[in-house]
Amino acid sequence: MSTKPAALTDLTLAQARDGLRAKDFSARELAQAHIDAIEKARVLNAYLLETPDRALAMAAVADQKLAAGEARPLEGLPLGIKDLFCTHGVVTTAGSKILEGFQPHYESTVSHNLWRDGAVMLGKLNLDEFAMGSSNETSAYGPVVSPWRRQGSDAKLVPGGSSGGSAAAVAARLCLGATATDTGGSIRQPAAFTGTVGIKPTYGRCSRWGTVAFASSLDQAGPIARTVRDTAILLASMSGHDDKDTTSVDLPVPDFEAAVNRGVKGLTIGIPKEYRVDGMPAEIERLWQQGAEWLKSAGAKIVEVSLPHTKYALPAYYIVAPAEASSNLARYDGVRYGLRVPAKDIVGMYEQTRAAGFGREVKRRIMIGTYVLSAGYYDAYYVRAQKIRTLIKRDFEQAYAAGVDAILTPATPSAAFGIGEKANADPVEMYLNDVFTVTVNMAGLPGIAVPAGLDGQGLPLGLQLIGRPFDEETLFAAGQVIEEAAGRIALPQAWWA
Amino acid sequence: MSVDAKTVRRIAHLARIAVTDEEVAPLQDELNAILSFVEQLGAVDVSGVEPMTSVTPMAMKSREDVITDGGHAREIVFNAPLTEDNYFLVPKVVE
Repeated sequence: MSTKPAALTDLTLAQARDGLRAKDFSARELAQAHIDAIEKARVLNAYLLETPDRALAMAAVADQKLAAGEARPLEGLPLGIKDLFCTHGVVTTAGSKILEGFQPHYESTVSHNLWRDGAVMLGKLNLDEFAMGSSNETSAYGPVVSPWRRQGSDAKLVPGGSSGGSAAAVAARLCLGATATDTGGSIRQPAAFTGTVGIKPTYGRCSRWGTVAFASSLDQAGPIARTVRDTAILLASMSGHDDKDTTSVDLPVPDFEAAVNRGVKGLTIGIPKEYRVDGMPAEIERLWQQGAEWLKSAGAKIVEVSLPHTKYALPAYYIVAPAEASSNLARYDGVRYGLRVPAKDIVGMYEQTRAAGFGREVKRRIMIGTYVLSAGYYDAYYVRAQKIRTLIKRDFEQAYAAGVDAILTPATPSAAFGIGEKANADPVEMYLNDVFTVTVNMAGLPGIAVPAGLDGQGLPLGLQLIGRPFDEETLFAAGQVIEEAAGRIALPQAWWA
Repeated sequence: MSVDAKTVRRIAHLARIAVTDEEVAPLQDELNAILSFVEQLGAVDVSGVEPMTSVTPMAMKSREDVITDGGHAREIVFNAPLTEDNYFLVPKVVE
């Protein structure tokens, strides 16, 4: 029997999978190690709900399957689930008071696929309310505290958002991997802030069925994990055609893990000049150049590309996403689920319920959406934004048609900031966090964030690779090159335990 | 374009969100900050550009027109705050 590692929770998902199959430890031991770690880390507020009994029951089944030699792809691997995915019989809140106590009678397709493949559920992870935020501070259940701290400081930092609970739990070794969702950067920005890997696949790769909707034409599920390989393993299980989502694509799911070691020899990587934004720290600029050097050394050709409509992506997003959100969130009416505040008539009941149930950022976005869709403004705002979206997508199409295989950019314009630091800023300042990631959602493309180094204060910084539609494989291959060249960054010691 | 206090109240009502008098002024500032941020889109030449309707080109799927699911009345009303005999209850809407 091989020696056990210091802590089972420090294993990568791939190592844990191999260790279970080699009978180095049991699924029960692996689940228990995570349950114990989660209990000691409550100060991070990463989990909204812990499901230890379910985890142990699922681990028991996994141990039987492993013993019988019938292990499924994710057999016995403990995961956290962003609380935007409906889980059968397990409270799902979307981080909102309006859904407090909501118990779905169905399972989201993405989480269903993970359980089908043998994964073990540890609990539900905190997030910005309805996934609207870039810091996890809009959650109705309190912010998530990042496991990272600046050198020599104990100031609490944000883990990014909206998948802040997912990113923090993965970085703090409170799960081997987590589900997340990304509407404007909500997988890639928190991954970059926490030194983890996150991929938003091509729109349509993962079914949206059973995931609480924010902006339906932009929302995509994806994994956050500690290595590129781990995200490839998870995405393979999460993906696949689903009759219950008309935008789910009927394409075979490639062997993503096999693509991880493919390398980048002969690939052309584009560097978009429009991503050099004012006020970007010099160390991010340096890291970006370093990333290009790493890919070049591994055999890729580096070319400059132009994506001229980049700067319009964020303002166009702040029309399209709120417009779709205002429609999607109309369902929270005090009638069918969640909170209800009585009033003298039905309109009063709707208005009081929604005023009490939604947080400030959500109300703001619903109202912007309502305004841009209202009579007289629809063409000036919404139709114009959708035209600009066509232009943003065309920019990428032209770069890819010219022979570019993937595009390298910084993942975020800064490292993580402190909790409350941007509380008094105007909303647009917070929105600027997504300036590098939002173009990818607007064009429906796949994007991966990979940790590439630390800044002067010891905080992680990430690089983003953007791929052709349905070519996540190239992102895994190129992401792996960056991960190997950068060296896996050391995650923070458990100061919280 | 910017919104005045009256417009903020109108939007809030359209969105079915009650706002207090104290909330109107800050909301007005925040909405105007966002509207002034998106103003730059006016500088883009969009003549002859089709608005995007589907981010990945795909044909609308169709299926056989048959019942595939149903009979879950109890589950559907399970999370409702107020029900009676598998019906949702709302304040009186007909005079």
